[in-house]
Amino acid sequence: MVEPFGFIGLFIAVAIVLLSVPLILNAILAPRKPNKVKSEAYECGMETVGDTWIQFKAQYYVYALIFVVFDVEAIFLLPWAVAYNQLPLFGVIAMLLFIVLLADGLVYAWRKGDLEWS
Amino acid sequence: MDIFTSIALFLRQLMSNIGLAEWLIDLIMAILRAATLGTAGLLTFMLLTWIERKLIARMQDRLGPTVHGPGGILIPLADGIKMITKEDTIPEGADRPVYWLAPLLTATAVIIVFAVIPFGPDTGGGALVGTSLNVGIVYVLAVGAAGVIAVLMAGWSSNNKYALLGAFRAVAQLISYEVPQVLTVVAVVMLAGTMDLVEMVHVQTVPFIFPLFLAAIVFFISGVAETGRAPFDLLEAESEIVAGYHIEYSAMKFSLVMMAEFIHAFLVGALFVTLFLNGWNGPIAGLDVVWFFLKCVGMFFIMIWFRGTFPRFRIDQLMAFNWKFLVPLSLINLLVVAIGDRLLVSLGWSRAEDPWAWGLSLFAVNVVLLLAASIVAGRVGRRARERDRAKAAARAMAPATSGR
Repeated sequence: MVEPFGFIGLFIAVAIVLLSVPLILNAILAPRKPNKVKSEAYECGMETVGDTWIQFKAQYYVYALIFVVFDVEAIFLLPWAVAYNQLPLFGVIAMLLFIVLLADGLVYAWRKGDLEWS
Repeated sequence: MDIFTSIALFLRQLMSNIGLAEWLIDLIMAILRAATLGTAGLLTFMLLTWIERKLIARMQDRLGPTVHGPGGILIPLADGIKMITKEDTIPEGADRPVYWLAPLLTATAVIIVFAVIPFGPDTGGGALVGTSLNVGIVYVLAVGAAGVIAVLMAGWSSNNKYALLGAFRAVAQLISYEVPQVLTVVAVVMLAGTMDLVEMVHVQTVPFIFPLFLAAIVFFISGVAETGRAPFDLLEAESEIVAGYHIEYSAMKFSLVMMAEFIHAFLVGALFVTLFLNGWNGPIAGLDVVWFFLKCVGMFFIMIWFRGTFPRFRIDQLMAFNWKFLVPLSLINLLVVAIGDRLLVSLGWSRAEDPWAWGLSLFAVNVVLLLAASIVAGRVGRRARERDRAKAAARAMAPATSGR
């Protein structure tokens, strides 16, 4: 047998090939008649004003920060969860304390008002 | 033995009779398996578009597609031909390499999840499970996160302001809803004691929807939000930002983006079935794939039902619902399940000895928790609304009084 990750690598390659086929077929079969109006950015018929690639709304940044906290927490939680059935009671309580500590971070962000969308 | 395993064994036999080397046979079989699973994914997409159009039409008192084939079942084929032969317009000033790669990446990111979805028990040579990965669920979550990057790529490279807005919204929503999803998965892993999706079905002597009822609900809601389907379709809200991040995509590229969305929805259903509904097991043994697909289509039906029923969220409601309700709830759920399971073991109702007593008592705990959470959330929400209304009223009064 191919090792599990070997198979997944193979699967990714096969998937890319499988999905490229319609794209390539499309490129071959489709007509190609671009003109100026057709290739404008579609903004409901209005002409576009200014540059699109700007710095935008730092609001999202806070959510990203909280997300990172919880995602890293999940990485720590998953191995613990696998071993949960064999753990002594101490191991369970220690991890529960860890969860409470991180929940504290959420409470902090909440009270600071960082979870309000404005 | 199921038909796929029989075919696989037959092919194996055939190739060794021709006299191919063992490693070459393994490689060819693996490629065949991957191609079969990938194609199954594409076929599922075609079927799902038809199911969705038909069902949503019925819910809106229409007929839906009727012309192509019986009940319009051939319409996905007609769509496919049309998509392939349509002109592919690329907007002026687009970042071309990124623009090209984005649909490919978003579609690949969902297709490759099929590698670990257990359509049936792992019989070794069969095609029912791509591969039995020991970190299967982490793989699924990680690959799902790659889709978020693809969305941002699509939105950014299109050189369109609506697309960019849609992409920003999408990323904020997708990463937010990943948190409760991951936390509920942790609860499942905790009880299952494994991250392997095949094993996870094997250990479900009681379908995990009973002991983890709350986790199942949170998982499903956040899963629907992850797919960006109604009522969480802010990232492509037609009335606000036209079509969101895929506004500038046309022809086959648009089709790939759509495909990613549909298959993602199907995969959320498949994961739900695997984690909570006992996977491929059903009342009649030997029909593994049939049961699995029936359950998945059932979950997909519930998603369509959502779409037909609920109006769209507002973005602040969406974020508040996640961070102030689902995340705390899934954290509390994790604590309660961890403690509850230990308590039940010390009471002698462990899963090994009496699975149904264990499952149903945890179910009762879950229901109580859910009721308590909805009552508290309802109270807090009402108070916040009243406060907002009082503030708005005060604002409305202020200029009138000062003017006099």
